[in-house]
Amino acid sequence: MTLRFASLVAAAILAAAPALADLVVPNLSYRTGPYGANGTQYADGFNDYFTLLNERDGGIGGQKVQVPECETAYNTEKGVECYESTKGTGALVYNPLSTGITYQLIPKVSVDKIPLYTPGYGRTSAKNGKVFEWVFNAPANYWDGASVIVKHLLDLNGGSLDGKKIALLYHNSAYGKEPIRTLQELGKKHGFTLTELPVDAAAGQEQKSQWLQIRREKPDYVIMWGWGVMNQAAIQEAANVRYPMDQFIGIWWAGSEVDVKPAGAAANGYKSATFHGVGTEYPIYADLNKFVVEPGKASQGGEHVGSVLYSRGMYAALVIAEAIRKAQELSGTPTVNAAQVRDGFEALEITPERLTELGLPDFGPEITMTCENHGGSGMARIQQWDAAAGKWTLISEFTEPDQEVLQPLIDADSEAFAKEAGITLRC
Amino acid sequence: MLYREAGDFKTSYREDSQTFPLRLDRWGYYATLAVAFLVIPLVINDYWANAVLVPFLVYSIAALGLNILTGYAGQVSLGTGGFMAVGAYATYKLSTSFPDISILIHILLAGGITAVVGMLFGLPSLRIKGFYLAVATLAAQFFLVWLFNKVPWFYNYSASGQITAPERTVLGWFVTGPQTSAPAKYLVCLVFAVGLAWIARNLTRGTVGRKWMAIRDMDIAAEIIGVNPLTAKLTAFAVSSFFVGVAGALFFSVYLGAAEVGEAFGINKSFLILFMVIIGGLGSIFGSFAGAAFLVLLPVLLKNVLVGTLGWPTDLAAHIELMIVGALIVVFLIVEPHGLAQLWRLTKEKLRLWPFPH
Repeated sequence: MTLRFASLVAAAILAAAPALADLVVPNLSYRTGPYGANGTQYADGFNDYFTLLNERDGGIGGQKVQVPECETAYNTEKGVECYESTKGTGALVYNPLSTGITYQLIPKVSVDKIPLYTPGYGRTSAKNGKVFEWVFNAPANYWDGASVIVKHLLDLNGGSLDGKKIALLYHNSAYGKEPIRTLQELGKKHGFTLTELPVDAAAGQEQKSQWLQIRREKPDYVIMWGWGVMNQAAIQEAANVRYPMDQFIGIWWAGSEVDVKPAGAAANGYKSATFHGVGTEYPIYADLNKFVVEPGKASQGGEHVGSVLYSRGMYAALVIAEAIRKAQELSGTPTVNAAQVRDGFEALEITPERLTELGLPDFGPEITMTCENHGGSGMARIQQWDAAAGKWTLISEFTEPDQEVLQPLIDADSEAFAKEAGITLRC
Repeated sequence: MLYREAGDFKTSYREDSQTFPLRLDRWGYYATLAVAFLVIPLVINDYWANAVLVPFLVYSIAALGLNILTGYAGQVSLGTGGFMAVGAYATYKLSTSFPDISILIHILLAGGITAVVGMLFGLPSLRIKGFYLAVATLAAQFFLVWLFNKVPWFYNYSASGQITAPERTVLGWFVTGPQTSAPAKYLVCLVFAVGLAWIARNLTRGTVGRKWMAIRDMDIAAEIIGVNPLTAKLTAFAVSSFFVGVAGALFFSVYLGAAEVGEAFGINKSFLILFMVIIGGLGSIFGSFAGAAFLVLLPVLLKNVLVGTLGWPTDLAAHIELMIVGALIVVFLIVEPHGLAQLWRLTKEKLRLWPFPH
C-alpha cells in the first residue's frame, strides 16, 4: 500500500509539474471550509487576471503564467501541504490569503528564498523590509486599516474623538488581534476608550453576548475585524439590536457583498475600509469579458466578476504581475526565478498612470516599494453599502494612515522578531 | 501457508510472552524499523516529511496517548486538543526562556507539564464516568484554549497571539525552525514515536496496564480485587497526557513551526484524534498508528489523486474527499466495529489457515 501511495503521489507530482519555461504563481485558495464563501471569490479574481494576461498578451513578457491551485480550507496544516507540494514546481511568489498560514510561511520562505505577498493581511510588521527580506504587504496592512478608520471617524467628528467610546469586535485569532495594539495607541493619542470584544473563531455565529454588551455600553462606534460567517452574523446582530449601521465600520475583510446581503435592507449604511475600487465600471472589464468570460475561460464561469473580493484577488494578481514584469526588466530575461521576482517587488512602482494603462484608473493607491519599505504607502479609503442599489459606494478618497503612530510600533515588533529569530538588519 | 507458526517453539516464559511471539511478525517488525530508520531518512524530501510522514508520526503519538486513556483505562476524553496545546505552549515558554537547554529535553518537560495538567483535569474521573466525564474533559478543552488566548504571558506578549518555534539544534543539526532538513524533522519524530510506542506497549502489558484494563472492564469489580481506582485512573490520565503533551510539543515545534491555539488545538483536533483511536482500534498500539495513518494519509492521497492525477477542480476534490473519508469511516465501523487493529488481527488469523481454511 505504501508503495502504491508513493507511486501515485509521484505520478501526481509529475502530472502537476508545469513546463519549466512557464512562470508559476501558485494560488493557495480556499473554496471550502468555514471561509469558503469569501475565499472562492478572491481565488476567481486571482485566476482570471492571469488568464486575461495569458489570453490577451500571451503572458508576461511573452512567458505564459501558470496558476496551479491548491485548496487550503483556511487550515494551516493543509496550507503547509500546499506550500510543500507547489514549491518544487518553481513557484515565484505565494499569496495564501490567511494570516495563520502567512505566519507559518514567513520563516519557511526566507529559507526557501521565495517571496510572500500578503496584500492587506498577514504580519503587519513585515512592512519593515530591513527584517523581512522575503515578505511584502503593500498596499496596506491591518494597522494602516485601523488608522484610516480612526481618521475617518476623526473627520466625522470635526477632528476630535475625545471621550468617545469605540468597541472593537474581533475574530479571536492572530488576524483579529493584530489591530489591538494600534487602536490602543491611537486611543491614547485621540482620547477615545477602546472596548475589546473577541468572538471565538470556531463559533462565529454566536455573538449574542457581545451585542448585548454593545447595547448596554452604547459605544459611539463599533469597528469590526471579522471574516467569513462572523461578518454576516455581526451585521445581522447589529440590525437586531438596532445599532446605527453608519457607526459600524469593518476592516476590508469585513466589507464584501456576502457579508451584507444576508441582512437585507437592514444592512444599509454599513461601512468598511478598502484599498481598491469595486464594480465593473473599469475599462479592464471590456477585455476581461472578451478574452476570459465570453470564451468560457473564467474561473467558475465568472459568476463573481466585479464583486469586492473578486476585485481584491484581481488586484493582488495585478501587483504580482507588475512585480514579475519589473523583475524581467531588471534581470533582462523573461524567465525570472523567485529571487529575481523578490528584487522586482522591492523595486516595484505602480503609478496612477500605470493603473490607467492597465485599465484600472484610480483602482488602487500608488505603490512604491523600497528596501526598507515593503508595505507601500498604506493608503486606504472607506466604502459604504447601499442596500437598495445592492452595491458599495466609495465615500472617501485614499487617506494616508498616521505613520507617526504606526512606524514606531512596526519597528518595535519587527525588531523583536529579528532578535528572536537572530536576523541581522538589511539596507 | 504464508503466515505460519508451525515449528516456532518457545522454551521459556520470557520468549513466550514477548510482544511478537511469531518469527515472521518479529522479522516484519525489525524490517519496518530498519526501513524507517535507515532507508527513509536517505530518500525523504520536504514534501514527504512535512505533508505526510511527520504529521503521521505526531498524530500517532497523540493517538497512542488517547488510546491509553480511552482504550486501555476506559476514560473517555474530549480534551486532547487542549492537552496538545499545553505541550505546545510549554515547549514554547521553556525554549524561549532557557535557550541553552536542548529542545529534546524541553519536549520531554513539556510532556511532564501536560501530565500534571492532565492529572488535575482527571480528578473528576474519580466521581464521574462515561458521558459525564467526556463533558468534564470538554470543559478542559475549552478552558485551556481560552487560557492560552487570554493570558499574553503564554505567547510572550506578541501582537497577534501566535507562537513561533525558535531555531534549535541537536548535535549541530537543526531540529526546529525553518532551516530544519527533512530527514532531521522525520528522525526526531520517529525516535519519539518509536520510543513512546515501546513504553506504551510495556506499560500496558504490565501491572499498570492490567489495572487500567480492570478499571475499564468493571470498576467496582476491580476495586474489590484490590485495584486502587485513584492511582489507576490518575496514572492513566498522567501517562496519556504525557504522550499527548509530547505530541503537541512536536506538532508545534517540529511540524508546523508556528501555531495559534484556537486554530491548531481546537475542539476539532480532539475529535480527530478520538476518531483515529476509534477507527484504529481501542486498546491497541498498532491501532493507534493505523488510525493516524488512515486519517492523515488518506486525505493527502485522495487530494493528490483527484487534483493531481485526474485534474479535478480543487473545491470539488475537497468536497469529494470529505465524502469518501466519511463514507469509509462508516463502512469500516459497520464492517469491523473494533477498528483497523481487529481487521488486521482477523487477516492474520485467516492467513494462518490460508489456502486450506478447513
